[in-house]
Amino acid sequence: MPSLVAMSDAPTSRLTAQALLPSAPPQLGGTAPPSPPLLALEAFTVSFLTGNGATRVVHGVDLTLAPGEALGIVGESGCGKSVTWLAALRLLGKGVTISGKVLLSGQDITPLGEREIARIRGGKIGLIFQDPTSSLNPVHRIGTQIGEALQLHRGLSGAAGQAEALRLLDRVGIADAPRRLRQYPHELSGGMNQRVMIAIALAGEPDVLVADEPTTALDATIQAQILDLIRDIRRDTGMGLVLISHDLGVVADLCDRVAVMYAGRVVETAATAALLHQPHHPYTRGLLAALPELDGPRLRLTPVPGTVPAPDAMPPGCAFAPRCTSAAALCQVAPPPLAPVGGVRQSACLRLGALPPWQGSPEQRALSQREQRLDELVGMSS
Amino acid sequence: MSALLTVKDLARRYPVTGARGERRQLHAVDGVSFSLDAHRTLGIVGESGCGKSTTAKLVLGLLAASSGRIDFAGEPVTALRDARWRAMRRSMQMVPQDPLAALDRRLTVGEQVVEPLQIHNLEAGPGPRQERALSLFEAVGLRPDLFHRYPHELSGGQRQRVVLARALVLDPRLVVCDEPISALDVSVAAQVINLLQDLQGRFGMAYLFISHDLKVVRQIADEVAVMYLGRIVEQGPPDALFHAAAHPYTEALVSAVPTPWRRMRERIVLSGDPPNPVDRPSGCAFHPRCPRAMALCATEAPALRRVADGRLAACHLAPAVDGPVAVAA
Repeated sequence: MPSLVAMSDAPTSRLTAQALLPSAPPQLGGTAPPSPPLLALEAFTVSFLTGNGATRVVHGVDLTLAPGEALGIVGESGCGKSVTWLAALRLLGKGVTISGKVLLSGQDITPLGEREIARIRGGKIGLIFQDPTSSLNPVHRIGTQIGEALQLHRGLSGAAGQAEALRLLDRVGIADAPRRLRQYPHELSGGMNQRVMIAIALAGEPDVLVADEPTTALDATIQAQILDLIRDIRRDTGMGLVLISHDLGVVADLCDRVAVMYAGRVVETAATAALLHQPHHPYTRGLLAALPELDGPRLRLTPVPGTVPAPDAMPPGCAFAPRCTSAAALCQVAPPPLAPVGGVRQSACLRLGALPPWQGSPEQRALSQREQRLDELVGMSS
Repeated sequence: MSALLTVKDLARRYPVTGARGERRQLHAVDGVSFSLDAHRTLGIVGESGCGKSTTAKLVLGLLAASSGRIDFAGEPVTALRDARWRAMRRSMQMVPQDPLAALDRRLTVGEQVVEPLQIHNLEAGPGPRQERALSLFEAVGLRPDLFHRYPHELSGGQRQRVVLARALVLDPRLVVCDEPISALDVSVAAQVINLLQDLQGRFGMAYLFISHDLKVVRQIADEVAVMYLGRIVEQGPPDALFHAAAHPYTEALVSAVPTPWRRMRERIVLSGDPPNPVDRPSGCAFHPRCPRAMALCATEAPALRRVADGRLAACHLAPAVDGPVAVAA
């Protein structure tokens, strides 16, 4: 007889209001992280084989993730943000060639065979994707799919597996877990299926979770639930996070550090607050200025002119130069390297000295004025 | 001046079969009323399944209403697909979410912008038609050399511009935009939002703008209606709604929007999923998820009525200014 663990009931309070304080970043200011990176990409490239030869879509990405760190990868479609991580975990199949290194706790996993990689995926590295309903197998029960991950990565089966599956469902906030285990993905809502995907990812007790647009297919109120869940799990387990998203708001919500990608390259990386309040790279600035806002005066948006160049028609120099208002002749020569700009910040722009000072977005200015007023009021009353 | 579009007690029900074979009704749209003037934009926001896209199809006469009435430019809208419907459809056009799915991949984009003119037999002859189509290309910011390209040769933003040109070539008075920029990237989305505003300034049509993105709706709409489970729960100017919501659902929706700036924001996380429209909760449909529900909310459905500062809200907690109203401005 399967032993059922005692279940706590559904979430007791309907209202969970909490201040959105980002978890303490493991590295502050300019000090280097003390421990070796948990995950690192070194000069990582990805090429697709097409009818007329190979087209390179990721041009040498260097990224590190410290243990327990949350790194956001931001960029528009086609910038290589997903492809980089899918290729690193060898999920893109044949017709894709990679070069460079993928270091997991210092060990390069690129030479590993399919069998060893499969043990790492879902084991040390958990994965969740955009559309939970198509990531789950429609013909297997939820319990079977969680059990499979537990069997593969932890060797748990039978009563122990059942008990752990119930614990995982409870952990991801699914009420009535014994019944849910017997259900199929189509019987659950999208938000519920994404919770199941997170439970499966947690089954292997990963050191890092790679989440590729985990809330893009979900409604706003469900998205808020899932973001809170990921934050809670990270606080409890200290798991690292690579969050791939096109939405700066989602990334700002969860991540300590952000890397902005454009046309297959990282163009800027910085601590989240620093990136948002003092963006250096013209593309990052363009992204921030193009966002419509909920607060502040309603002003006409400032779009980035033009479109992203196609991977087989890259300009010889900086890929952003054709859309950049600050571009000069030297930008057309060669792609600028990602260079340090004080502390842990890096930016790939040759014209940083020539850029106009950043004014902040209207919403940002309105909010900082309001905060200043509040501070003054607090100062007067005390 | 009477409104361009008036919708009164609009409802659409679908018969469904329950788990035990019993016949049930799914209320996709359940008594929606609003009106829209020329040159104005009404945004409809809500989560998936709230009935916002069904409302769009009903307004365009693509779906027959189960009950209620739609008037467009003084004439009732039907879904009969007769000659009168066809003539009326000329003045009401649609911009769908996915431009690649909306375009025929075997026709050049130029042919597709000309096609509505052929269907309605306007601008006699191929020459004037192409001229008219090219003038629309110019209006939406497409280079004339793209006229003979196929949809797959264009970028996402260019395709959405083609769809816009095709919708505008007949000089419509109402354009229904169903999530027109959800499929576009941030930098391109801003281009299309600005374009939509410029085109409205130039041609003066009304937009019914359906979106799940509150930030985009705030940018473009003069008035916003928030839908939940087939009904409008709050309606008013975007800044009033988003900064001081009268309905707890609007409040939760606004607080759920992730924005890069608000560090200290209090977020209201609603428990559970939106309920199934077949099993509409008793009383206020939002009460099982509402953080402020009272005993009354479970028994009595609140009417959409005028509350302070001229806004409409359907909540027992929002004090009414004077009796229920049927149609809002």
